[in-house]
Amino acid sequence: MKKTMLKVVVYAVMVAALGWMAGGRTHLFAAAGGPVEIKIDNYSFTPGDITVAAGTTVTWVNRDDVPHTVRNNDGTLKSKALDTDDKFSMTFDKPGTYEYFCSIHPKMTAKVVVK
Amino acid sequence: MSDFIKDNLNSDGVDRRGFLKCMAWAGTGTFCLIQGGVLKSFALSDIANRGLAAAKGELSFVQLSDSHIGFDKAANPDVTATLDAAIAKVNALETPPEFVLHTGDLSHLSKPSEFDTLDQRLKSMRTDKIFYVPGEHDVLNDDGAQYRERYGKGTKGDGWYSFDQKGVHFIGLVNVMNLKAGGLGNLGKDQLEFVEDDVKHLKSSTPIVVFAHIPLWSVYPEWGWGTDDGAQALGYLKRFGSVSVLNGHIHQIMQKVEGNVTFHTAMSTAFPQPQPGTAPSPGPMKVPADKLRALLGVTDVNFVRGKNTLAVVDSTLA
Repeated sequence: MKKTMLKVVVYAVMVAALGWMAGGRTHLFAAAGGPVEIKIDNYSFTPGDITVAAGTTVTWVNRDDVPHTVRNNDGTLKSKALDTDDKFSMTFDKPGTYEYFCSIHPKMTAKVVVK
Repeated sequence: MSDFIKDNLNSDGVDRRGFLKCMAWAGTGTFCLIQGGVLKSFALSDIANRGLAAAKGELSFVQLSDSHIGFDKAANPDVTATLDAAIAKVNALETPPEFVLHTGDLSHLSKPSEFDTLDQRLKSMRTDKIFYVPGEHDVLNDDGAQYRERYGKGTKGDGWYSFDQKGVHFIGLVNVMNLKAGGLGNLGKDQLEFVEDDVKHLKSSTPIVVFAHIPLWSVYPEWGWGTDDGAQALGYLKRFGSVSVLNGHIHQIMQKVEGNVTFHTAMSTAFPQPQPGTAPSPGPMKVPADKLRALLGVTDVNFVRGKNTLAVVDSTLA
């Protein structure tokens, strides 16, 4: 149990360091389980690229006057069309890089990196 | 910039090499006349002076676009009322259109009730037939199954088709499906093959009208206003003397002439969108209530056989 906790802390520090080094695009960090919210506004995901620990639940909320979706190519992310103020949540248990986009406005792209 | 295309362009009509690119905006009605491949354009208010009757041809049809039934936000809380105003505009035309093309985004959220409202309202339009292509808002959540059930009977693939009317060949395309991350509008391999095959048997003198929701030309890729494989589709139409491309999606009038091809986008009947790059995003543009109808409208298209003439008149709802 203690080992697991230590692992989480080490990961969190590593993730934070990586994020700090990456700079440029918006990054957000969360400890495992701490929920993260991504706002969809002005045809973009904010924050855009994020890095989270495995087990984190990410919620997208649409603040635009037009519908958007959160989808990826392999179907692991597949929201229905989100109308204004609609939300979509996903818990990321498996580490990996999840690139996603709005299938209605495909210029809108971002990714969730799960460590 | 309503006078963006001067009417003193090369009037040769045969050698068009020197006159191929013009592109601009118009916030008010614009009248375009294409004769022998040469576009002439002047403000709608000038039509009275020049005689609109001269522009009326044998084939007259109307383009409606982007009705977004179901939208109720600040940019227009009553899109059904403005659709009604557009229908009234069409019904008031001196020459009733033989048919209407709706270039998509019939609904805002693909809800059955939204399609029902649209259908019910369009019943009052004085025309024999309405042809449709879907917008991305019409194919949400079900890959367009409901759209095709309602509007796509007898069409191919995702809902593409062609038909002939008084010697003019019309091609309705679907570029709002299977959009790729980071990409623009998309036709896809099957549809490109359809276009290539569809025009094979036609004489090069046949006037072609292509209509689809998202602009087939690159209007503003930063906002997704273009179609990745649009140029390939238009490549199959190179040998034709007169090609007109009618699109919607961007909720404003834009025109461009490139070689034998005239591109035109229509106003929405629901809400305006900003000109490219003038806002943080292409989202619905809020304007004062008394200005709204000047930014919404319908497009009246007339074709005069023998003169190779296509006339496009955009009228606002104001």
